[in-house]
Amino acid sequence: MIGRRSWLAGMLGTIALTVTAAEDLHDRAEAVVRRSFSTATPEEWRTRLAQDEVQALCSRHRDAPPAEVAARVVELSRATLRYPDNGRLMGNWREGEKLASIGTGGHIGRIQPDRPGTRKGGNCYACHVLAPKEMAAGNLGPSLAGYGKIHGTSEDAVRFTYQKIFNAQAWFPCTHMPRFGANGWLTPDEIADAVAFLLDPESPVNR
Amino acid sequence: MKRVVIVGLAAALLGVGAIAIGQDNAALEGIAKYREMLKDGNPADLMELRGAALWTTPRGPRHATLEACDLGLGPGVVDGAYARLPRWFDDTGRVQDVESRLVTCMVTLQGFRAEDAMRDWYRPASDLEALVTYVAVQSQGQPIDAPATHPREAEMAAIGEVLFFRRAGPLDFSCATCHSQRDRRIRLQELPDFLDPAEARASITTWPAYRVSQSNVWTMERRLIDCIRQMRAPDADFGSDAIIALETWLQKQATGGVLSSPGIKR
Ligand code: HEC
Ligand code: HEC
Repeated sequence: MIGRRSWLAGMLGTIALTVTAAEDLHDRAEAVVRRSFSTATPEEWRTRLAQDEVQALCSRHRDAPPAEVAARVVELSRATLRYPDNGRLMGNWREGEKLASIGTGGHIGRIQPDRPGTRKGGNCYACHVLAPKEMAAGNLGPSLAGYGKIHGTSEDAVRFTYQKIFNAQAWFPCTHMPRFGANGWLTPDEIADAVAFLLDPESPVNR
Repeated sequence: MKRVVIVGLAAALLGVGAIAIGQDNAALEGIAKYREMLKDGNPADLMELRGAALWTTPRGPRHATLEACDLGLGPGVVDGAYARLPRWFDDTGRVQDVESRLVTCMVTLQGFRAEDAMRDWYRPASDLEALVTYVAVQSQGQPIDAPATHPREAEMAAIGEVLFFRRAGPLDFSCATCHSQRDRRIRLQELPDFLDPAEARASITTWPAYRVSQSNVWTMERRLIDCIRQMRAPDADFGSDAIIALETWLQKQATGGVLSSPGIKR
């Protein structure tokens, strides 16, 4: 019995040590980040390099969160969802099509920043096949060719697609897909246009 | 004479390349074709020659050469040094990569101020990129041997691995977003999976590389700082610990791969 208890204490001690070592390594990594970007302006420093809770959790768990962390990420992500003022979640597919191929915007720094005012796009083609005729499509995400043919335009389908683009982590914690709306990268109206590009029967995605 | 032919050939290819890139699959085939045609002469060879000349030319306030520079294998030993970097240096009390170590030598031997040694390091054909290319080529054919066994190297590799998974910025990117799965592409650009040692070796052994789309040689620091730019972060400082930590981890992943720098890339 005593033997067993001391074994347990030893085990707990080892786990505690491992956890402290991991925390310590994490702190040292954060210190390295802080001292490696001295040429950045202070505001950019904070906004671009600091992590929000979701980013920190996903990083810690290397994008494969255990169940309770995943639940927390989904909870935080659902709380970010916002909709267009006019309530219409499906906009103009032609505008959505443009957004899907714009890969510029938001590059900062001294070496090769974007010109001020460069439009930020969704760059969906970087990761997805969308209109099947566009050959230059990446594969970090699944193919979305014919997405609207599969899902239709029911209220649920439209709502899901909108939420997925606004904050993909409301449905898939720690996905590699950016949280376009929650991060303020695309506006709710732009997201509605992307929804139309995916779901509208007239869109080249579905033809 | 051979050099002149190479430059002419490269210029001709670049003209064609500019049209092909970003259009369709021709871009991927294009690179294979450049590699084939430039097999006996990479434009980066010119950078290597310039680096070799810089190495032996007296320069800086002290009017000294870099020939006594200690890249980790002792003063003046260039052969095989690149294959064993980054590594811990007692004299500076840092884990250093080839770039930051060259700056140390330019300061201590030639008397440059560090800011001056680093100024414009990313400009096409900068002195530092030429020197790195020269040093790298002196390890051609040798296996990468950077297992990060010294405790401070091991710490840097571990930090590099943490940073590889660290997400931040308005698109939530980490290195792992783009480089943690097999056979992935962004648009048409193929992305190495650095969690797989075989892919890490295939990539890391080919740097520095002549980048056809940039008409210029890029070193590993330049490559990483550009990936960080794509993540929409500010530029990491040249020679900073974040870059060196990532390199230490990448070199460790790639240990055993045989260096064939300079490479040719998109
Ligand atoms: C950096 C990569 C990346 C970018 C950029 C990206 N996505 Fe995704 N996307 C993914 C990944 C990975 C998944 C699969 C995991 C998931 O569902 O989150 C995904 C899933 C999706 C899904 C759900 C598919 C399904 O059947 O459940 C939709 C819809 C989608 N993306 C739309 C878009 C749109 C529209 C854009 C551009 C505005 C976009 N994505 C940009 C990576 C990306
Ligand atoms: C948004 C996508 C993206 C992110 C995030 C990203 N990279 Fe890259 N990486 C690329 C692309 C694209 C290339 C170039 C591929 C090409 O030229 O065809 C590349 C190339 C590289 C290469 C050279 C590969 C070779 O041999 O050609 C290395 C090394 C590398 N990245 C490391 C990193 C590290 C380390 C990080 C994080 C600090 C990172 N990348 C983040 C997209 C990314």
